[in-house]
Amino acid sequence: MNQSIRIASAPPRARRQISDGIIQRLFIMPTLVLLILWNIFPLFYSLFLSFTQYSHSGKAAPLWIGTGNFDALLSDPKIWAAFAVTGKYALLSVLFQALIGFGLALLLRAKFKASGLLTTLILIPMMLSPVIVGMFWRLIFNPLMGIFNYLLGFRNLATAPIWLKDYALISVVIVDVWMWSPFVMLLCLSGLRAIPDYIYEAAAIDRASPWRQFWRITLPQVAPLLLLAVLFRTIEALKAFDLVMGLTGGGPGNATETVSVALYRMVFQGQARTGTASALAYIVLIVIIGVSNVYIWYLNKMKEA
Amino acid sequence: MASVTGAKRAFAETGPRSPVVESVRVDQVTTAARTGVTVRLIVAIVVACVMLIPVIWMAMTSIKARPDATASPPKVIFTPSLDGFIGLFTNRMQLSAGALATQQQRTDLSFWEKQALVRGMRILGPSKFVGQLRNSLIIAVMSTLLAVTLGLLAAYAFSRYDIPGKGDWLFFILSTRMLPPVVVTIPIFLMYRAVGLYDTHIGMVLLYAVFNLSFSVWLLKGFIDEIPIEYEEAALVDGYSRLQAFRKIVLPQSVTGLAATAVFCLIFAWNEYAFALMMTSEKARTAPPAIPATLGVGGIEWHVIAAGSLLFLIPVVIVTFALRRYLLRGVTFGAIRR
Repeated sequence: MNQSIRIASAPPRARRQISDGIIQRLFIMPTLVLLILWNIFPLFYSLFLSFTQYSHSGKAAPLWIGTGNFDALLSDPKIWAAFAVTGKYALLSVLFQALIGFGLALLLRAKFKASGLLTTLILIPMMLSPVIVGMFWRLIFNPLMGIFNYLLGFRNLATAPIWLKDYALISVVIVDVWMWSPFVMLLCLSGLRAIPDYIYEAAAIDRASPWRQFWRITLPQVAPLLLLAVLFRTIEALKAFDLVMGLTGGGPGNATETVSVALYRMVFQGQARTGTASALAYIVLIVIIGVSNVYIWYLNKMKEA
Repeated sequence: MASVTGAKRAFAETGPRSPVVESVRVDQVTTAARTGVTVRLIVAIVVACVMLIPVIWMAMTSIKARPDATASPPKVIFTPSLDGFIGLFTNRMQLSAGALATQQQRTDLSFWEKQALVRGMRILGPSKFVGQLRNSLIIAVMSTLLAVTLGLLAAYAFSRYDIPGKGDWLFFILSTRMLPPVVVTIPIFLMYRAVGLYDTHIGMVLLYAVFNLSFSVWLLKGFIDEIPIEYEEAALVDGYSRLQAFRKIVLPQSVTGLAATAVFCLIFAWNEYAFALMMTSEKARTAPPAIPATLGVGGIEWHVIAAGSLLFLIPVVIVTFALRRYLLRGVTFGAIRR
C-alpha cells in the first residue's frame, strides 16, 4: 500500500477508482493461472506418472511401481548411449560455437562501413526454424547432389565422405555450429563494445603488447557474457530435438539419438511407454538443472573476483 | 593543443608536398589501421557469404525444375522454373497424351495451370500445405496476441508495484521457460486428450501463448522499467485513475517494446516444432512438422521442399532485419539490453 501515498494527491474519484491491490491481482492472475495450469500441474502430473507403469495407448490406469522406471532406465545401455550422444553433441557444438562466435565478435567489434548490415546477415541462421534448416541440410550433405562435398572439393564420389551415414553426429554438430555461432557472437559483441577505451589506452601507455592486452583485458571483460552464452547453448544442446529430427531423425540406427529424440520415440513410436518416458523426462530435467547450477555458480564466482 | 599548433607550424614551414609521417591528431588514421579495417571488411563479407550459402542454395533450389534440383554435380546455372512452388501449393495429375492435347486447346487457363501443363500435368486443387501454412499463421498470430496482452499486464504490475516476493515470482515465470518441452509434453498431451484440446487450434494457441508468456513478461518488464515513472505520477496527480494512466501514458510509450516482443513471440510460435509434432495430427497441424513429414514421401522432391522451406523462412529473414536493434534483448530474455 506504499503507492496509496501517491494516489492520495489525486482528486477524490473513489467511485470510479479501482484499488491498486485489485489492479495488481487482475493484471498478474491470468499469467500465473495459465503458467500453473500449463507448466506446474503437468510437472507434478508427470512426476506422478514417472513412478507408475502406464501406457497412454492402452486402457489400463497408471499402476504405482515405485522407482521401477528409474531402475530400469538407469540399467538400460540404450539410455546411457543416448546420454553419451547428447553429451558428445553438446560438448562439441558448444565448444566450436564459443570459439567461432568469439572470433566473429572480435572481427566485427570495431564499427566499419556496412558492419551493421554484415552483422545482421550473419545473425540470420539463428532465427530460422531448426527443423526446416535440418531438413534442407539433408540435401546439402547429400553425396550426389549436395553442395557441401562439392564446395569442400570432394568431387570423387567413391572417396567422398557420406556425411549423414558415416559422420552423422559430426554433421549435426556442423549444422548446429552454423546456426548458433552467431548467437554467441551477438552476446560477445555486446560484451566487447562495453569495454571502455581508456583501459586499452592505459595498457598501451604501459606498453602492454596487443597479445597481453587480449589476455588481460579483452578476455576477462567478455568472459561473463561468453559464459552466459555458453550456458544458454548448453541448456539448448541438452534439449536438442528439432534440428536432429529434421536432419537425421535420430539415425542412422541410434547414432544421433539424443535423449529428447529417445524420449519422443519412447512415447509416440512403438509401445508408448508413457510412465518410463516421464521418468526419463525427469532425469533430463535434473541433469539440466544440475549443469545450469554449475555454470551459475561459476558465473557468480567470476563476478565476485 | 600546443602540439597541434606545433604540427601546423611544421606543416607551414615544410610546405604541403612533404608527406605526413607522424601525426599527433587523433582523427588522422594511420595506414595500418586503415588496412586493418579493409581486411576486416573483406573477411566479414566472406564470412557472411559462407553463412548464407545454405539459405541462398535453398532459394536457388526452390526455383529449379526437378532434374536441375537433383543434378549431380549440383548445378549453379540453370533455367528458373516455378515447378517447386506449383508442386508445393497444388495436387496435380499426370495427363495422358490425348487429355493433354484437349487441355492445350483451352484458352481459359490461369498462369499457374499453363505452367503445370508444360510438364504435362493438370492442377486438381490446393495441396495440404496451404491449410498447414494457414494453421501456422492463425496459431502464431492468435497466440502472440494472447501472450503479449497478458504479458503486458503482468509486466506492468511487476514493474510498478512492490509485490511481496516479486523476485521469486519473476524467477518462477522465467524457470517455466527453461523447462525442456519434452518434460511437459507428455502430461500436456494426456491433459489435452482428456479435455478434447488435442489437434485443435485453440489448444495450440493456448499452448504457444503460455510457452511465450514468460518471455513476454520478462521482455516487456524491461521495456516498461525504462519508461520514467514520473510521467504516470504526474498523470495521477492530474486526476487520472491508474487504469487511465496505464492506457494513456504507459501504452503509447511501450509501443516499440510491444512490437519487438510480439515479433519475437511470432517467430517462436512460427518456428515451433516439438509441440506441434506431438499435439497435432491433421486438423491443426502447422507447417514445421509437415514440411519434413508429408513432402518427404514418394520420392523426395527437393525443389518442392526448398520452395516450402524458403516460403517459411522469408518472413523470418525480413523480421530479423526489422528487429536487429532488439535481437540481443530478445535472445537473452531482456537480461542484456545493449
